[in-house]
Amino acid sequence: MSAIIEAIEKKQMKPNVADVQVGDTVIVSKVIIEGKKQRIQKYEGVVTGTQGIRSRLSFTVRKIVDGIGVEKTYLLHSELVPEVKIVKRAKVRRARLDYLRDRIGTKATRLKLRD
Amino acid sequence: MKKFLIGKKIGMTQLMVENGDVVPVTVVQLGPCQIVDKREKEKVGYDAIVLGYGKIALEKLTKPKRGYFVKNNQEGYKLLKEFRPDSIEGFVVNTELTVDIFEKDEKVSVRSKTIGRGFTGTIKRHNFKRGPMSHGSKSHRIPGSIGAGTSPSHIFKGKRMAGHYGDEYVTIHNLSVVGKDLETSCIFLKGAIPGKKNNLVEVFVS
Repeated sequence: MSAIIEAIEKKQMKPNVADVQVGDTVIVSKVIIEGKKQRIQKYEGVVTGTQGIRSRLSFTVRKIVDGIGVEKTYLLHSELVPEVKIVKRAKVRRARLDYLRDRIGTKATRLKLRD
Repeated sequence: MKKFLIGKKIGMTQLMVENGDVVPVTVVQLGPCQIVDKREKEKVGYDAIVLGYGKIALEKLTKPKRGYFVKNNQEGYKLLKEFRPDSIEGFVVNTELTVDIFEKDEKVSVRSKTIGRGFTGTIKRHNFKRGPMSHGSKSHRIPGSIGAGTSPSHIFKGKRMAGHYGDEYVTIHNLSVVGKDLETSCIFLKGAIPGKKNNLVEVFVS
């Protein structure tokens, strides 16, 4: 990795972002631009994985909506993601929680809590 | 050609621009390039500017190259390249060209060598389709028929076949300059450019 690229990416990182880890239950605020109006949409779910490093770091949030699994990815350092609030931390043993996709019912959301 | 510079490909990353948009960019470190010489129509038959890229100690150059720089009382450069602008007026010998010449949102062209792929088959080289991999087929990746038989009884020139692919100069036009960093003399071009990291790259506005 070139030092120049590393510097460019570090420059774009926001200070004081939440330390998002796999297994966290988070509430993500996302700015939605509709024409000229702006509003903030909140989305709560479990972080099932992260991709990339530095300013390129994005994370996937999984949530069950009306019995259907929904996964959204957010760019942590984007200005359109003003806040990521960590609600719960779970004890996980994997980097990606893709196994949650195969689970149905209450098991689909159950994760061991971390103190 | 109006503006031109020699540089090196640093690599790719992404930039966040206004409205929270994210743009894939290639970082190219350009120059500084010295205008080493001017070629004039009266003397050589065409107008051109000679740019020198990459300073190097004179002792490290071969004698003929060193002689060229010594004759003009200049510093040594690793690479000399001719560019042919619309008009060579306004270019002063022994001055430096830097990234400043390119502006944000400008459309530029990039010329560089693609990644060498060695001897490749027709599928990778010419986007041929492959044959079936199963059901008794043996024509997995073969090129197929290359022409008719007795008449014309030869293969037409230019028939696309397997052979050496890559490691050739390619020019990409209309890449927009997303931004630049004067400190490291880098510009950010939207999208990909040919070649590997640390490849020599020519960036110009035609």
